[in-house]
Amino acid sequence: MSSSTSSRWTDQEMTKRVRRRYRSERIFRGIGFAAISLSVLFLAFLLWNMASKGIGGFSQYEAALPIDFSKSDLFLDPATIKGPDARTTVAGADLSTAISKAAEAAYGPDAERMFSDAAVDRVTDAIVANPGMLTGTPTLWLPVSSKVDIAAKGDGEPAAEKVVSELQQKHALKRVFNMRFLTSADATDPSAVGVWGALKGSFYTIMVTILLAFPIGVLAAVYLEEFAPQNRWTDAIEVSINNLAAVPSIIFGLLGLAVFLDVMNLPRSAPIVGGLTLALMTFPVIVIAGRNAIKTVPPSIRDAALGVGASKMQVTFHHVLPLALPGILTGTIIGVARALGETAPLLMIGMRAFVAAPPSGISDPATVLPVQIFLWSDEVDRGFIEKTSAAIIVLLLFMLLMNGLAIYLRNRFERRW
Amino acid sequence: MSLGLALVAILIVALAAGWYGYVRAGRLRAANRLHSLPSYHGAYAALWAAIPALLLIAAWAPMQSRMVDQAVLASPEGKALPNFEMQRESILSEAREIANGEREQGFNAESTTIAPRIREEQSRFALMGGATAILVALVAAGLALRRSAPEFRARQGVERWVMAVLFSASLIAILTTLGILLSLLFESLRFFRLYPAGSFFFGLEWSPQMAIRADQAGSSGAFGSIPLLWGTFFIGAIIAMVVAVPLGLMSAIYLTQYAPARVRSWLKPILEILAGVPTVVYGYFAALTVAPVVRDFGLSIGITSASSESALAAGSVMGIMIIPFVSSMADDSIAAVPQAMRDGSLAMGATKSETIRKVLLPAALPGVMGGVLLAVSRAIGETMIVVMAAGLAANLTLNPFQSVTTVTTQIVGLLTGEQEFDSPKTLAAFALGLALFAITLLLNLIALHIVRRYREQYE
Repeated sequence: MSSSTSSRWTDQEMTKRVRRRYRSERIFRGIGFAAISLSVLFLAFLLWNMASKGIGGFSQYEAALPIDFSKSDLFLDPATIKGPDARTTVAGADLSTAISKAAEAAYGPDAERMFSDAAVDRVTDAIVANPGMLTGTPTLWLPVSSKVDIAAKGDGEPAAEKVVSELQQKHALKRVFNMRFLTSADATDPSAVGVWGALKGSFYTIMVTILLAFPIGVLAAVYLEEFAPQNRWTDAIEVSINNLAAVPSIIFGLLGLAVFLDVMNLPRSAPIVGGLTLALMTFPVIVIAGRNAIKTVPPSIRDAALGVGASKMQVTFHHVLPLALPGILTGTIIGVARALGETAPLLMIGMRAFVAAPPSGISDPATVLPVQIFLWSDEVDRGFIEKTSAAIIVLLLFMLLMNGLAIYLRNRFERRW
Repeated sequence: MSLGLALVAILIVALAAGWYGYVRAGRLRAANRLHSLPSYHGAYAALWAAIPALLLIAAWAPMQSRMVDQAVLASPEGKALPNFEMQRESILSEAREIANGEREQGFNAESTTIAPRIREEQSRFALMGGATAILVALVAAGLALRRSAPEFRARQGVERWVMAVLFSASLIAILTTLGILLSLLFESLRFFRLYPAGSFFFGLEWSPQMAIRADQAGSSGAFGSIPLLWGTFFIGAIIAMVVAVPLGLMSAIYLTQYAPARVRSWLKPILEILAGVPTVVYGYFAALTVAPVVRDFGLSIGITSASSESALAAGSVMGIMIIPFVSSMADDSIAAVPQAMRDGSLAMGATKSETIRKVLLPAALPGVMGGVLLAVSRAIGETMIVVMAAGLAANLTLNPFQSVTTVTTQIVGLLTGEQEFDSPKTLAAFALGLALFAITLLLNLIALHIVRRYREQYE
């Protein structure tokens, strides 16, 4: 030991060195804390960013519009509007022009295009409900166009701002909950779009995925964990499952395109193809979760059942599987949640088409929520920004719900042996 | 008769056979001691009735549509159809839709005339297949029921079927892997027949726009994959890892070594949420919020080429997404370091951070490296962030403020838009997919090898 390094704790040099070491300890700890805080802050910022942008998408401004039907060129006779054909009759008339004319008459030339495409539906509904209004001048509250809507929310173009201030002076503007966003499908006009179509598409797709991937995944896990002999086949199966779990999702999309669409000729853009593709992607996740859950069931359970004369199959299906089920379900929900948020493979199989009607079965053209978000994010119209973020809020709520369910199941049912 | 009807009939036969087997075994039980429970006798008959017949239907259904087409084309109405294949196909598909009642009238007049023919052939073949399947179900049920006797081992028979089902479920994994490999290889080979493989793997220029007319300038279609691979590597392996590795590693160290248990039980799930956010959300965040900030920053420090679709924006958001992944891998490998090593270092008077830096991290390094490689493999296969936030311009650049493109972005770009299955553009997507598959597979294998070697070291 050289003379410069003193070995006594009370030495000034030694205390200085110890103090330096403690300082670097604090710094290191600080860096660790900073890293985790930064990660959490990123998450908080991301969520806040989406929430603050998207919350506006759930509300919508409506303006009062007196429509003088006698002055409009609608050739609608209140007497003919009844029965099951009432809607078609009304829809055949040019309501859109009637609305813009009425808007121009009420709020000046700038207001000609101040109403959303959704206003036509609203007026149709009103007329069908009460055909008598065609003879008078009723005042209807109608959703405004997205330009006016943005201006009313405080960030619009000068022309739209003028319309808004005009409306505000006449007290003809109010903010309401945008029910249409939750009940309708895609549209070209951002103030008329909704997520219902995409939600329905997601529902059908995920149903196909669960119905295929869950039983097959669980059975495969049971086979590999309880019955598989040690041979080459088993090795090949295990290697492929582990590899499939790490294959990029877009590759599954290419597989779906080549096999389901090109070879099997299944309908393009349909939930059945999306569900099949996502099932192939989710299957290895379920197998791996299933195997881990089955592994945690203690051998004594199996031994006890075998001891009282149960066959291997009875042991597995009467005792091991029920005990492993909570763990398998947790893994399945997490895998399905991932499939629910998946976009890329579905783009490959054509689920990016513009679908204005909600699908009514697994072979109808459909889109899913994440793809809908992607499609809206590509739109140039500024009105789509808040709709995209609002759709993201809906998607994140679903993810939160599923992950919460998985955590609940894990805490409630999973046993430590 | 349709195949769906046959399916219902088979299920009814199976249920009936099962019920009869159960009742008969129950009657036998009154007089004898049975080897298997009556329910197994029932299940045995039902399984024999259902499974062979269902397999037959499953094999018949795809064959049927082909045979219907052939029969229709051989008929007089079919022979009158135009010889040109594409036209004939479109007429046939229209006629099929009319026959199935999906539409009233075809665009081509011929389709209406052959629609009844198709319906006729369809019902003829469905009758053939369906009747055979029902017959098979009946015969199999009969044979199975004949075997029921007191000493008959029905349980073993049922368990053999269940075993077969279990085995075929696990075969799906191999089938999927084969399906991926074959479809990628097959389509890539078709691509390499149109475009030389050497220029694909080593070409420096990527501009997939094909000339539509011969006299069009500048769009000859160059498919050199090097710029894409560079872009993928630049975003996924460099920028994303610069963000994710320090943050993920330090988060893992703080969570496992310093944080009190209560804090950890809160922070860990929060970190996991970061991994559960759908990638399309990250993509939107990168494109709408991060990209403009990055561009303005680039411009403000004097980089005039700063693009609004910069590699930096996409890469850093991807890095954020990967943080929990790196953190949990690091967590695992640090936890695998034997407690004795940690105790030894602390007993020598080293501080906690000295123990971590000089003992735990070097010991855990191979595991961490393996984890980082897995993270890279996940980052380069990631699609939505780069599709939404990185550009389509294939630049070979080191400047993170410029736009680069990646393999996944180009696959999406090539396969959306006009869909012609035989054009080099679509086929090129499969060649890119093959390259991506090979690279991620290789990374995973190396990573798993490193991790396994490292685990063995301490076991």
